[in-house]
Amino acid sequence: MNDIAIELKGIDKKFGLVHANKNINMRVRKGTIHGIIGENGAGKSTLMSILYGFYQAGAGDIFVDGRKTVIKDPNAAIAAGIGMVHQHFMLVENFTVLENIMLGAEESQVLNAGITKARDELRRLEQEYELEVDPDAVIEELPVGLQQRVEILKALYRGAEILILDEPTGVLTPAEADHLFRILEQLKSQGKTILLITHKLREIMAVTDEVSVMRRGEMVATRTTAETSVEELAELMVGRHVLLQVDKGPATPGDVLLSVENLSVRDGRGVAMVKNVSFDVRAGEIVGIAGVAGNGQSELLQAISGIRRAVSGKVLLQGEPIHVTGTADPSELRHRGLAHVPEDRQHMGLVLKFDESENSILGYHDDPKYLNGMFLNIDAIRKDATDKIEKYDIRPPNPRLKTANFSGGNQQKIVLAREMERDPAVLVIGQPTRGVDVGAIEFIHKRIIEMRDAGKAVLLVSVELDEIRSLSDRVLVMFDGRIVGERAPDAGEGELGLLMAGVEDSKEAAQ
Amino acid sequence: MSVPYAKLPAWVDYGLIPLINLIVAFLVAGLVVLAVGESPLRAASLLIEGAFGYGEGIGFTLYYATNFIFTGLAVAVAFHCGLFNIGGEGQAYVAGLGVALPCLWLDQFAPWYIVFPAAILGAAMVGGFWAMIPGWLQAKRGSHVVITTIMFNFIASSLMVYVLVDVLKPAGSMAPQTRAFADGGQLPRLDWLLASVGLDIGGAPFNLSFLLALVAAFVVWVVIWRTKLGYEIRTMGHSPTAAAYAGIRQSRIIVITMMMSGALAGMMALNPIMGDQHRMQLDFVSGAGFVGIAVALMGRSHPAGIIPAAILFGMLYQGGAEISFEMPQISRDMITIIQGLVILFAGALENMFRPAITAFFATLGGSGSDKPLPAAE
Ligand SMILES: Nc1ncnc2c1ncn2[C@@H]1O[C@H](COP(=O)(O)OP(=O)(O)OP(=O)(O)O)[C@@H](O)[C@H]1O
Ligand SMILES: [Mg+2]
Repeated sequence: MNDIAIELKGIDKKFGLVHANKNINMRVRKGTIHGIIGENGAGKSTLMSILYGFYQAGAGDIFVDGRKTVIKDPNAAIAAGIGMVHQHFMLVENFTVLENIMLGAEESQVLNAGITKARDELRRLEQEYELEVDPDAVIEELPVGLQQRVEILKALYRGAEILILDEPTGVLTPAEADHLFRILEQLKSQGKTILLITHKLREIMAVTDEVSVMRRGEMVATRTTAETSVEELAELMVGRHVLLQVDKGPATPGDVLLSVENLSVRDGRGVAMVKNVSFDVRAGEIVGIAGVAGNGQSELLQAISGIRRAVSGKVLLQGEPIHVTGTADPSELRHRGLAHVPEDRQHMGLVLKFDESENSILGYHDDPKYLNGMFLNIDAIRKDATDKIEKYDIRPPNPRLKTANFSGGNQQKIVLAREMERDPAVLVIGQPTRGVDVGAIEFIHKRIIEMRDAGKAVLLVSVELDEIRSLSDRVLVMFDGRIVGERAPDAGEGELGLLMAGVEDSKEAAQ
Repeated sequence: MSVPYAKLPAWVDYGLIPLINLIVAFLVAGLVVLAVGESPLRAASLLIEGAFGYGEGIGFTLYYATNFIFTGLAVAVAFHCGLFNIGGEGQAYVAGLGVALPCLWLDQFAPWYIVFPAAILGAAMVGGFWAMIPGWLQAKRGSHVVITTIMFNFIASSLMVYVLVDVLKPAGSMAPQTRAFADGGQLPRLDWLLASVGLDIGGAPFNLSFLLALVAAFVVWVVIWRTKLGYEIRTMGHSPTAAAYAGIRQSRIIVITMMMSGALAGMMALNPIMGDQHRMQLDFVSGAGFVGIAVALMGRSHPAGIIPAAILFGMLYQGGAEISFEMPQISRDMITIIQGLVILFAGALENMFRPAITAFFATLGGSGSDKPLPAAE
């Protein structure tokens, strides 16, 4: 019996000058969960895309179950028993779960027979792996955690024995992530092999059997998880010692720079998402908003930054009212000293088709320093972008590269550099480190604390409770559109967790 | 986080793929010619001969190309904002008023170089206005421009029939057209331009509008890639949510873009009215607005692509006329079929060969060039 599910020998891939994968050798044992970690841009997604047939390697061989296999496109990968769950789901939003799972595997022109068969098969898979989803639910009405389950079911339905998951927990709540890991354990116990890319070392320690580390296109180490530590992995990834704990002194809060009073906001469908929320953020402090995704944090950020109109309430920026229920618009707020790092960098914070330098002025493109009258001052824009690239160590350091070709963490740095370098009075940040590697997280956290220490008011929204607790000076918990409590950042995880789940009385309960 | 599918080197994207599409279109067209019992090779040589073989042919080719540069630019500008302006036809048609009226007022006592600027302004304003209404409806009421611009083509058509028949037709005339313009309403021909390379344009109406079209192409490039307005238009076109985040006023940009698009389409009217017929006739646009869509697609919405694409379609128009003259088996409609095939392969099926070509280049070691493209994509 061969116990190697996948072996890669000498895989090499270049994108022009970028050497994304350099002579990669790797073995994945059958029936294990194998983690892959590495800095942003290390080449993890590229390697998995080669395995799944999206890209062709420049050199090297792939062995599946000991047999040399040419994977020229995703169909070939599926035929070889390899399935992939993408970070950005590839589902048809207005189809049902069942229809999505059958899509491309209908088997015959007449759907009916196939549907019955698919339904039975789906039921079997669901029972076997604890993957419950309603087969008749429409995708767009499902929360992301369930959509991801559909992606997994889709791969299993096509007979995947080897499952690749690229940053699957980036969009999940902690509870959803836990459930996902239970599913992965279950799959493993049935003999499936799982390749898991993640930036969260805690997850690596919790679920993987072995872990491979990539750095700048190379495979630098493989460890048995039980014999390594978070510290060692972080160091292997970045090539230097990484501070995993944020190092920050006490806050010295000053004047109130951002004041929110009785703010209510509805979403696009008219559902009340933010209900009568009030809080202040002072100069020199970081106020964190904790909460499970979808409890109104996004709408709150959008209303404060002028993107979404509020229904009622008042917001004061440096003591002056913002007309949040009417004419407030993002460019006006930028002029008045509010910078906003949006939660959704790919759709909101960046135009992926622009080159880096064009994105480095998004929202500030009316600043005279980037213009000659009505014309763009291309030289000034590129020069400015180059400075930011250097200061924020954005890789590759090329202001003319298309933004879509930067890795996730580097895209995030482009947004942060743009917003932080404006020296705003108030910085509003949503999910600052989503999909970002440990080295970059350290950097980003340091910059956020520097902003605080420079006397800025920082409002931080994150679904990562750890991040909220380590950065914030005060923690507000949001549930169902309301602020349900305020705690010090050293409050117990359990206590905050209860608040996040909407148990309002937890202060008493915890005592 | 990475987006699958490798990128192609620029020369493949902008050179090889359009060329392959074109060759396939001509091969299929050749089959059509064969099917009616004529020799495709003779047809091809007639086409090329007719379009480029002698001075007058070239003059006609460039005359048609002038129309298509304007309408192609019009479609491209809207594309950059994510808008599909199908109304170039109607915008050019009503813009005929913006050309004809100044000519009718001024041609008796002002020279062409006074009338021309007035006509340019008139064409741009009327065309811009005709596109502004759908733009405004889209921005404020969410009515899709594809639908409204098509409807405005019909409105334009009826309106112009009324104007030509009931208002501008000289009393006693039977033809639905304005009176002929005096010298002031006639643009100089560019015979000297071709004469400088030793060609005689004969009777071809190749005129000053061609140079205006080239200027317009340059101005479009500058506006889209080198101005703040262009930056906002492209942001809107690529990502409306990013535009909202950036504080770009979407309705304003939509209306402005549509006005620019309509103004460009409108300027097309200068070429036939002031440059050729020296009067405004019924249906003088004759499909140029629609050809502009194919030209913009084939030119990848970039002025540097639109000019050659417009010349290609000019060649099809002119060479096509030649074929139908020389080969009685091939009627005018057959030419339309051939033009349709080019539109089909170069425009609608633009991506048909892309996956295969991408795969081919991937096997070459994935050497997808990352040479940074100029900011102009
Ligand atoms: N299609 C592409 N064209 C050009 N360069 C690319 C392309 N895809 C990826 N790259 C480059 O290849 C390198 C590796 O990228 P990859 O997406 O594999 O990194 P990653 O390890 O998955 O990073 P992250 O953790 O941020 O997702 C990066 O420098 C990236 O900019
Ligand atoms: Mg990745």
